[in-house]
Amino acid sequence: MTTIATSALTRTFGPVTAVSNLTVDLPTGVVGLVGANGAGKSTLIKMLLGLIPPSSGTAAILGFDCLTDGLKIREVVGYMPESECLPLDVSATEFLVHMARMSGLPASSARERAADTLRHVGLYEERYRPIGGYSTGMKQRVKLAQALVHDPKLVFLDEPTNGLDPAGRDDMLGLIARVSSDFGISVVVTSHLLGELERISDHIVVIDGGVLQRSTSTAEATQLSGTLLVEVTDQADVVMARLRDGGAAVAAGRTPGSFAVELADESVPATVVAIVAELGLGLVRLQRRRHQLSEIFETSGVTS
Amino acid sequence: MTTPNDSVIHDIGFRHYDGPRLGRGWAFRSLLLETLRGAFGLGRPAKVKIMPWVLIGLFAVPAIVIVAVVILTGSDELPLSYTQYPIAMSLLVSLFLAGRAPYAVSRDLRDGIMPLYLSRPITRQDYVYAKLLGLAIAVWIFIATPVTVLFIGALLAKFPVKDQVLGWLGGIVMAAVLALLITSIALALASFTKRRGLGVAAVLATLVLLNGFTSVLVSVVGMQANETTASYFAVLDPYLLVDGLCAAWLGVAPQNGFAEPDGAIGALFFTAVLVAVVAGTVGILLRRFKKVGGV
Repeated sequence: MTTIATSALTRTFGPVTAVSNLTVDLPTGVVGLVGANGAGKSTLIKMLLGLIPPSSGTAAILGFDCLTDGLKIREVVGYMPESECLPLDVSATEFLVHMARMSGLPASSARERAADTLRHVGLYEERYRPIGGYSTGMKQRVKLAQALVHDPKLVFLDEPTNGLDPAGRDDMLGLIARVSSDFGISVVVTSHLLGELERISDHIVVIDGGVLQRSTSTAEATQLSGTLLVEVTDQADVVMARLRDGGAAVAAGRTPGSFAVELADESVPATVVAIVAELGLGLVRLQRRRHQLSEIFETSGVTS
Repeated sequence: MTTPNDSVIHDIGFRHYDGPRLGRGWAFRSLLLETLRGAFGLGRPAKVKIMPWVLIGLFAVPAIVIVAVVILTGSDELPLSYTQYPIAMSLLVSLFLAGRAPYAVSRDLRDGIMPLYLSRPITRQDYVYAKLLGLAIAVWIFIATPVTVLFIGALLAKFPVKDQVLGWLGGIVMAAVLALLITSIALALASFTKRRGLGVAAVLATLVLLNGFTSVLVSVVGMQANETTASYFAVLDPYLLVDGLCAAWLGVAPQNGFAEPDGAIGALFFTAVLVAVVAGTVGILLRRFKKVGGV
């Protein structure tokens, strides 16, 4: 299922090209949008929200054309900006009711959903106090809640973990995963921290300088690779030399006792075990390695 | 994938909304109403309520005193008419507006709320018009309240009902004109700063100085040169402009005698200035908000 489809989408600001010839389809579920600052993520989101028209190309969200159906799109899409965006002198409840009404919900539904949504993001008694007294983590929850209060089909979350401590970060990531899995709302989330996206995303899109670098499902990106990680108690260099003599490609690891061997065929693990046993060493680790998402960056030349 | 943190989020099930989505018109109305409520501090902490309500009280006190005096002395006329009262008390109107205009726009600018509004089914123009109308209605209610107190007093004093109803209606209509004019000026000024204190000072200084300066100018010109020239200078101050319009449109006596426009040409000139100032300040507001919100 496709939520967003862009075709040759381009946006220039004078001489600067923010998004260049972007053609990509995003599926339902959690989509991670990765790119360095200035890579064109925000421009892309604003075009998709129908706030700025593309210089050329087309984009459709949930079947609506971004160029002509901006108002319609913004009724059924939520947006959590990266920046500070909360009024400080009203309570979270008051603010959320207002935001729900601004999305087109009638007054009674707005009140009901404001209370519901705040409970879902984990704000209880404090929701009656002015937002000015909240911690960063609580403010981030209110920001997320205002994007969800009108029960959108899709939410854009711009750097939702910014400024949070590790525990708050985990909570927020858990919430985002729930938004997709339990609430059934598709999520487009941007972050420059790859580890986060790896944890929660079903699909990863990498853009750099406004150009699409890669669009792939997370399962595909982290599938089993042809490398065997080995760690021995001693004499790693001898083992590596023996393996090289046997014609295997070997690379030294970060620690003295570890190294990686290319899995040319299925006999490699047995060979490693045989050599280690022959030398009378202890074998600490023998593991097929998964790709890390950061390798997407290495191959596409993006620095994080 | 991650496991939800159950100490924070309880699994109570997410309910979907399949009711009506009322769209742009409703969103516009909601923003207008929110601005109106905010102007009187409704739904805000107590300290936000203090200033507007103290001013509403202060603004009504002279009207109550006038009514008491009229009833006690058995006078057959209000010493200040429904159209003269707001002009005579212009300082209180300026004070109210100076507090409320920055509250309506500077907060949104300072707290960065524009992106949230822009991601909802309204346009930038909708935002500007909703804020302007919401605040203008608040100012109109503020001005119309003591005018209505005078009206009730006049009825209690058993003045001829038909004259009083017409006079009161004129006062209410001119209060709306005055509210729209000074609100658009004040909002245009306030929209240029994120700092509320600065906005308050700018609006108050502009309205009070214009009023003081123009009052002196028309008096001096009126006495030294001639009254026709003086009446044209009256358009420099929004209050005297509306004072003149009351005389031109309704044929009532202005608060400041020099502000009375000179014949049909004068009336046309006053009306043209009113339209130009409102259109100009709204244009400034629209331009100002064209770039806000980081898009």
